[in-house]
Amino acid sequence: MAPLIDDDPRIIEFDVRTDEMLVNMGPQHPSTHGVLRLVLRTDGEIVSEVEPHIGYLHRCAEKIGENLTARQWIPYTDRMDYLAAMNMNLGWSLAVEKLMQYQVSERARHLRVLIAEMGRIASHLVGMGAYGLDLGTFSPFLYAFREREKILDLFEEACGARLTYSYITVGGLTADLPHGWLRKCEEFLDQFEPIIQEYHALLTTNAIFVKRTAAIGVMSPELAIEYGCSGPVLRGSGVDQDMRRDGESIYTAMYEGYAFEVAVMKNGHYPRDHAYPPVPADAILGDCWHRFFVRMLEVVQSMDLVRQSIDRYAACKGPLGEPVKLTEKIPAGDAYLETECPKGQMGFYLVSDGSAIPWRVRARSSSFSNLAVTHELCRGCLIADVPAIVGSLDIVMGEIDR
Amino acid sequence: MRGPGFLEQLEQALPGAVAGSRLDALDPWIEVAPERLVDVCRWLREKSAVRFDAIECITAIDWFEPDPKKAAKVTWQPHTELVYHLWSTASRVSIVLKVNLPRWKGDVPGQLPEVGSVAGVWRGANWHEREVYDLSGVWFVGHPDLRRILCPEDWEGHPLRKDYEQPLEYHGIRGR
Repeated sequence: MAPLIDDDPRIIEFDVRTDEMLVNMGPQHPSTHGVLRLVLRTDGEIVSEVEPHIGYLHRCAEKIGENLTARQWIPYTDRMDYLAAMNMNLGWSLAVEKLMQYQVSERARHLRVLIAEMGRIASHLVGMGAYGLDLGTFSPFLYAFREREKILDLFEEACGARLTYSYITVGGLTADLPHGWLRKCEEFLDQFEPIIQEYHALLTTNAIFVKRTAAIGVMSPELAIEYGCSGPVLRGSGVDQDMRRDGESIYTAMYEGYAFEVAVMKNGHYPRDHAYPPVPADAILGDCWHRFFVRMLEVVQSMDLVRQSIDRYAACKGPLGEPVKLTEKIPAGDAYLETECPKGQMGFYLVSDGSAIPWRVRARSSSFSNLAVTHELCRGCLIADVPAIVGSLDIVMGEIDR
Repeated sequence: MRGPGFLEQLEQALPGAVAGSRLDALDPWIEVAPERLVDVCRWLREKSAVRFDAIECITAIDWFEPDPKKAAKVTWQPHTELVYHLWSTASRVSIVLKVNLPRWKGDVPGQLPEVGSVAGVWRGANWHEREVYDLSGVWFVGHPDLRRILCPEDWEGHPLRKDYEQPLEYHGIRGR
């Protein structure tokens, strides 16, 4: 919370103690991003305690995974973070491939980078638009969805689905790109690039938006690390960690040769903040504004990566390779792999007894850990700041409840 | 790897805590005696040369084969295995801790196995332990608020146990 100065209206709020009241927010509250219930203990406008209740979207994905083969579970990973299903597919595929010691072809590797980064752009666009919605501005949502729609069209052309793709799979991808797809993708990027400035004008530098987010919900790096936060939530607190660079070799090998800079504030500067709006004077590292800004920078970063991968993919003349059989046996043992999904580090853990059906599957959800920190961030904030804080964590309930 | 002599340092600091290890596995792991788990975690977070400051995941695996025909062929004894995935932000390395527990405390069905809670070491472990308790039925001693997290509070049984049976009916909703 922002430091109090003498004429801060909140001082009056602190002076006047009223009866405590329990306020139920959700599970059908629009700003809870799905079915999340928050129980707020309030004293006037001040929130003294927040308790999240989750599980309304629990679909027993892990139990189901114990009855299906590794490839058959791919559609269930789609339904975890349904806003970035491509990245979920990739995480599970890589975890299985890690245990199988399987290496995909060079062409599949670059195509996976392309698809995963496009998925990241789509997810961050929803994160951005929905965050505007949480704070009471409707138009950024429409501007974001207009562009996301074009990405979904591209995905639809590649794999036939618009939300739950099951495109990336164990051993590669289910199909190669159709003819002319790359050109359309480049056209989209060229068209999309100037629009980023539009978003910055709509939200990043918007005076009201800055007032609602700067110095709200400040999270120290120690707190973020201790709670296992990851992704933009962790980097928004100034921790320089990105699994695409720091992760396990099977994952970082995918990005080998790609040039990208982790979107985190170093020495008071973000990479590329010369081309994008400067940090407002009120913002404190680790607040809602920084978490939001990291996402915006990652959109640009992902566009760069997509451009690089298009060239590399086009240069690969070799075959894409076939995915493994549906009933492929998995060697006995266990493997855990975390990948950098748009919402944070998504971990998949797989225990196999040597048959085709895993003995145990486990999904470590990034939003789960990110949400666990809410009660620390919301202690002492105003009721109106609760949606701002929860929205800045960019959670997806499908992933938390699994 | 985890630095030279990592395991030796751990054994020297906490004699008898390490029950086994496989440092050449896909994910190098250390097996820890259940009663020493909290000490080991505290050492890894506060004393070890590589500070494991983040807990990524806690998983319980139920090693139990309900089918008697298949159970005759398995090589392991029925037990519950807890797996802790730790991560060091500064050194960017991970380590896996494994803890073997009986499936039921004192082999009395219905009595949950117990292990010390690490929620006091990493606050982030709080929800992970609640999830393991909810779905796999492990009681974490010393947890500040151990109750179900994904299933409703009045749910019976622990769904990720291999001998779990889905209820026939829940508040008028038909199961099976």
